[in-house]
Amino acid sequence: MVRFLLKRLLLAVSVLLAVSVVSFLMFFALPRDPVTGMCPKNCNAERLERVRTELGLNDPKPQQYVNYMKGIFVGRDLGSAQGGKCEAPCLGYSYVNSEAVSDTFARVLPVTLNIVLPAAVLWLAIGVGLGMISALRRGSLLDRISIGLTLTFASLQLYFVGAVLLLIFVYSLKILPTPRYTPIFENPAEWARGLVLAWVTLALLFSAIYARLSRAQMLETLSEDFVRTARAKGVAKRKVYGRHALRAAITPIVTIAGIDVGAALGGTVITETTFGIQGLGRTAVEAVRQGDLPTIMATVLISALFVVVANIVVDLLYAYIDPRVRLG
Amino acid sequence: MGRSESAPSGEPDRPVVPEQRSGEDPYLRVKDLRVRFDTEDGVVRAVDGVSFSVERGRTLGIVGESGSGKSVTSLAILGLHNAKRATISGEISVGGRQLVGLPEEEVRRLRGRDMAMIFQDPLSALHPYYTVGRQIAEAYRVHHPRAGRREARGRAVEMLGRVGIPQPGKRFDQYPHEFSGGMRQRAMIAMALVNDPDLLIADEPTTALDVTVQAQILDLLEDLQQEFQSAIILITHDLGVVSQVADDVLVMYGGRAVEHGSVEQVLRRPQHPYTWGLLSSVPSLHGDADADLVPIKGNPPSLINLPSGCAFHPRCRYADRNGDRSRTEVPELRPAGEAGHLVACHLPAEERTRLYQQDIAQVGVAQ
Repeated sequence: MVRFLLKRLLLAVSVLLAVSVVSFLMFFALPRDPVTGMCPKNCNAERLERVRTELGLNDPKPQQYVNYMKGIFVGRDLGSAQGGKCEAPCLGYSYVNSEAVSDTFARVLPVTLNIVLPAAVLWLAIGVGLGMISALRRGSLLDRISIGLTLTFASLQLYFVGAVLLLIFVYSLKILPTPRYTPIFENPAEWARGLVLAWVTLALLFSAIYARLSRAQMLETLSEDFVRTARAKGVAKRKVYGRHALRAAITPIVTIAGIDVGAALGGTVITETTFGIQGLGRTAVEAVRQGDLPTIMATVLISALFVVVANIVVDLLYAYIDPRVRLG
Repeated sequence: MGRSESAPSGEPDRPVVPEQRSGEDPYLRVKDLRVRFDTEDGVVRAVDGVSFSVERGRTLGIVGESGSGKSVTSLAILGLHNAKRATISGEISVGGRQLVGLPEEEVRRLRGRDMAMIFQDPLSALHPYYTVGRQIAEAYRVHHPRAGRREARGRAVEMLGRVGIPQPGKRFDQYPHEFSGGMRQRAMIAMALVNDPDLLIADEPTTALDVTVQAQILDLLEDLQQEFQSAIILITHDLGVVSQVADDVLVMYGGRAVEHGSVEQVLRRPQHPYTWGLLSSVPSLHGDADADLVPIKGNPPSLINLPSGCAFHPRCRYADRNGDRSRTEVPELRPAGEAGHLVACHLPAEERTRLYQQDIAQVGVAQ
């Protein structure tokens, strides 16, 4: 088990390193000179060159990469033009936002986390629950209604559902405020009221997909030989489903949930845009539009980190659920 | 367990119920069992009027190709068919209790306690995520709700040892994938026997195993039967296995019984052309080693569109000897001469005996 974990961790670290190298190379692959964006309109060649030296852009590229990575782990001095000392984790300085990238992230990261995590809890609970019940009552009215609803929601788009919900609850009924982020410790009620539409929108669409998936998985598992064995032993139906079938049916759902949550944490661009909430996703899009390279690079790194961490969590859950995995 | 008073015996009308060998009521009695599935393509009559009985301490071998209805029969006895999809009629009496029409909850309480099943492929029949021991202990605790974890564990370890698994205490905590094929089947058997069932149904228990292990498992089953005096149904397509362990044989074709009798009768003096075909397609140690194996021509019939008359007639070499009778009239199971030997064939008894001597036994293939 320890070896299994070490192997996964090693793999994760190498993936992150590869991502950091690739995203660092973006600096030079892009047709845009990173300096022009930082320098006011009446820039002359001499000033550009000075900025370039100050930013360390004239250093050998491997040196620049090492400096950047060093900044992440121990911090570095960026020079007076970029706010001076930059504490670890230093992700560079954004001229567009006129602040250290890590400060931007300290602001927008909690927003995305607070959108995605509660939504994920909702969609997993509703989706998997509904799918399992449908599978067990296959062919019943409930099953058919659930199939119809999930098919509908699975084919809808986030911005459409989001806009409809906004129209109903915020602009017509006026029972909810315009979506915004309030830290939970500041005011839990406002936190929930401000984000509930985003949660519900995400949950509606995702739970539809998860309901369909878990229904199919459960039906497949129910026809497995070991389920028949459990029944042949005289195990009561509830336990056959709960103990024998559910555990096997849930395994592939764990994988997909891990990927989905990891990807969503990297930025729920459409949700944030629809509801006008400034999270990681919206920040990333704006950075791309404005050519804010340090922010783009940090976004890529953080998204990759989320995906990698989600995958490790999935692997651990997998090993916990399926003893055969522990050998690998 | 309570037993009902004797059911009416010796009824002459069809379908003929196989005779009992002793005065005692057989533990399992199946009478005119029919299992039907309504599918989109039509009605599947998977089992169509099958009757047999098994006494304690005896073994009935049910033989037939895939789709002959042998597994469907056994699942019907255990009540494992989906009530929504399968329609079951007839009588299944286990220890004097009529199971057809009994509420699911009551059948469940008998399952695993009075009647247990060993499945064909122990790798897929065991849950991959739970230890072997836990699965056996679960089978025990289901029917002994007051038994604690420790008692169930003790019982499971004892059973593992009983079926010949070395270091049962250590093996208890291992997963099915850590067992070899033969050991897995032993564990399956331990699981089936953990509650001392009176009826044990083994559905192709040795198909997934190699020949050496196969023999060990069959020996084990015989030993355990001696010990527990259980009634055993052995479902197989392997006549070698049948001759080794069964007392009686039921040959099924297209959901119906075509021949029924003692092992001696069915394997030495077979009366049905289908049984002849089965025997001719098995290599024999005693016969001529160079003799060719003769496969049965054609394929098993579709259960939705069963051939008219005798379901075997399209594949039968002798179907034309009765004019149109084999094509138009379903042959009933009738006494074939010797006591207890039944056959469903339109050929006259003397002609069958002559044909068998002339075409089958002479070739030296049959055992």
